[in-house]
Amino acid sequence: MASNGIKDAVAIVGMGCTRFGERWESSTDDLLVEAVGEALGSAGVRRDDVDAFWLGTLSSGQSGLTLSRPLGIDHKPVTRVENYCATGSESFRNACYAVASGAYDRVMAVGVEKLKDSGFSGLLRADPPSDGTAAELSLTAPAAFSLLDPAYTAKYGVDPAAMREAMTHVAWKNHVNGARNPKAQFRKVVARETIESAPKVAGRLGVFDCSGVSDGAAAALVVRAEDAYDYTDRPVFVKALALAAGPMRGGLDPAYDFTSFPEVVHSAADAYAQAGIADPRAELSLAEVHDCFTPTEIVLMEDLGFTERGQAWKDVLAGDFDLGGRLPVNVDGGLKSFGHPVGASGLRMLYEAWLQLRGEAGERQLADPRLALTHNLGGRPGGCVSFVSVVGNERG
Amino acid sequence: MIGVLGYGAYLPSYRLGTDSGVRGRRVVASFDEDATTMAVEAARGLPGAGSLWWSSTTPPYLDKTNAAAVHAALRLPSSVPAADLVGSARSTFAGLRAALATGGLVVAADVRVGKPGSLDERSGGDGAAALLLGEGDAIAEVLGVAAETAELLDRWRHPLRPTGEQWEERFGFEQYAALVRAVAARLLDGAGLAEADHVVVTSGNAGIAKRAGALVKGALSSGGSPIGFSGAADPLLGLAAVLDVAGPGETILVLSAVDGCDGILLRTTDLLPSRRSVRSVAAQLDAGRPVPYPTYLSWRGLLERELPRRPEPDRPAGPPSYRAGEWKFGFTGSRCTACGFLHLPPLRVCRACSETDAMEPVPVADRAGTVATFTVDRLAFSPSPPVVDVVVDFAGGGRTTLEVADADPDAIAVGTEVELAFRRLFTAGGVHNYFWKAVVR
Repeated sequence: MASNGIKDAVAIVGMGCTRFGERWESSTDDLLVEAVGEALGSAGVRRDDVDAFWLGTLSSGQSGLTLSRPLGIDHKPVTRVENYCATGSESFRNACYAVASGAYDRVMAVGVEKLKDSGFSGLLRADPPSDGTAAELSLTAPAAFSLLDPAYTAKYGVDPAAMREAMTHVAWKNHVNGARNPKAQFRKVVARETIESAPKVAGRLGVFDCSGVSDGAAAALVVRAEDAYDYTDRPVFVKALALAAGPMRGGLDPAYDFTSFPEVVHSAADAYAQAGIADPRAELSLAEVHDCFTPTEIVLMEDLGFTERGQAWKDVLAGDFDLGGRLPVNVDGGLKSFGHPVGASGLRMLYEAWLQLRGEAGERQLADPRLALTHNLGGRPGGCVSFVSVVGNERG
Repeated sequence: MIGVLGYGAYLPSYRLGTDSGVRGRRVVASFDEDATTMAVEAARGLPGAGSLWWSSTTPPYLDKTNAAAVHAALRLPSSVPAADLVGSARSTFAGLRAALATGGLVVAADVRVGKPGSLDERSGGDGAAALLLGEGDAIAEVLGVAAETAELLDRWRHPLRPTGEQWEERFGFEQYAALVRAVAARLLDGAGLAEADHVVVTSGNAGIAKRAGALVKGALSSGGSPIGFSGAADPLLGLAAVLDVAGPGETILVLSAVDGCDGILLRTTDLLPSRRSVRSVAAQLDAGRPVPYPTYLSWRGLLERELPRRPEPDRPAGPPSYRAGEWKFGFTGSRCTACGFLHLPPLRVCRACSETDAMEPVPVADRAGTVATFTVDRLAFSPSPPVVDVVVDFAGGGRTTLEVADADPDAIAVGTEVELAFRRLFTAGGVHNYFWKAVVR
């Protein structure tokens, strides 16, 4: 891989995350004030001590002014970034590089999304004027990800009923985890029968196979690693930041079989090289992954190297990724149960890593976690951007 | 000598269900079909033409040439003129006369809409037919063309209304019967014939349509429209149905009683049996399946249904549609001349070998493909949800994702073979979004 990485060069010293959900009472501005305030408070830093800001949002505002106006940020650099559903991670990635470069001492990464004001189901697209022929103009996200299910069962000879069971397990697990999370959108354990009998959205995906459409914001304060203990006695160090944008070959190439995200494979390999990880399943304490739809989480277990090809559905059913499993995945409920306010999600994943690595995760706290992975994906099978980070509570 | 070189007919897959109260097979176009898409389907199998004459009583656009989209979808050279002849079945004969003079493709199509419970709803039909005229090895020679014109208020429609009206049928019947007999006599006399082997009489007048087989008798067959009155398409559909079955050296008299009467007299050649249309009118008529009446009414805008809670799509934009015309209308991709990888839609930088601007255009519309994976999208906006989408791998290379037309989700699996059909994905901002869909044949 061509990336040099910035292992242990920067650290997170403060984080904030709003409750995700149908926040009818809160505007985008309110969510930003809430998340940034919590992040500043946890680091013991004033707004004016932050040297630069990166803001990620898909569709809740344009430009840095979306953040500088509600917070009254006074003539500081504020950059808005967008990278589909990986937008929050992109904000964090740029903030880390800004500190690592030496340009700034303290940088804040913020992500926000206000999805529930539109009145529509699912995500809206703001596409440039076009010839009207692109399939993604009509094919919705659940439909695009539902393509994984028949392709996966066909390739590995999996009984569709067993695959359905595995998809149900992912939803069930993430609801069990989310029930322990006071900031999650859905805080209820949902019976397997309820998940399977839910109204269908696309293909075999029912309502419970889809992530929550929600409002929310999250923020992280990043400083140089050597300064980290000035702010907190439990900083979280950045071990790896990897991003891969695909050439969108899968939608054009009959060789692509809709059972993998090559972008995830590439970004994971890059991240593991940066962090010096040889066996992710053994070395990682937890993983927060992009479970936008239940089959996505199954395929990601293989793409991230947590199991062999064609095995993930079995491992899922065996409980390997449950809270008490060999590698807990989406301990905080994931997109499924925590909710998916697009621009905030990547930072929300880091927020759970932050809590777990500091021992602050309450009733879902894992025993002695050292290394956490976050994986955030934007796009769809056949063409997406994929982000992988590794963070840890020890500076190497 | 200009003769008939080929013909084609297209009938939509749907028939009004029994819940409509309509007995018999009322052929209805799907929500994504119109007089432009059906014209393309009728003419697709025919070779290139020197001119294109499109006629319809239900044009998708006014103040814009519908024939231009047909021209683009048939991938005709830009030097081929294309024009609309809008009005009635008389327009189809105007196209015939033009094509007889210079050679050309005459294609007529209609989506006939009647008020719920009306005669037009019951006894109309949606469809398209095409006739290719030119120099060369003809399947039929033209013995004569004749017309009578009469201004009479028998059938009419206000331009802003979706459905039309008719005067008392017996008034029109008496006038038309005389005109039909007059035109038939003139054509037969001119050719020195006592009678034709096959006679087809079509008309929007219900009395003429009912007695079509009795007005002018043919030695071998006498009849009317094969599907019910289909407007501008009716005389050509009637002719196509006869060409499907007629033997060599037989005469065919087609009479269209609309605001007068138009007639054409043909004699088939020895070439006809070997050059019939691949899909006969009768076979297409037999192949339909029912659509529930409320669904049909919503397709025609006569019943407003609740749609998924999704935004309506943006209208297709003019400049991008123009730049991508060969793709959007012609389904032409680009193949890398360095490595052979086929791109759908066309791209400049090869996805396989990264060579730039080494592409050649490859039309793919007439190729078959197989389903790589598929889904039923119940959330997507559609004039008739749910949307069924398939990822299609084409014979000879190339993959793309398409909506499925006339979809029966239970008939689709990984590996199902599909073909392409020209359809209207949706209409937004008054702009029809024409593109290709996959169909299971």
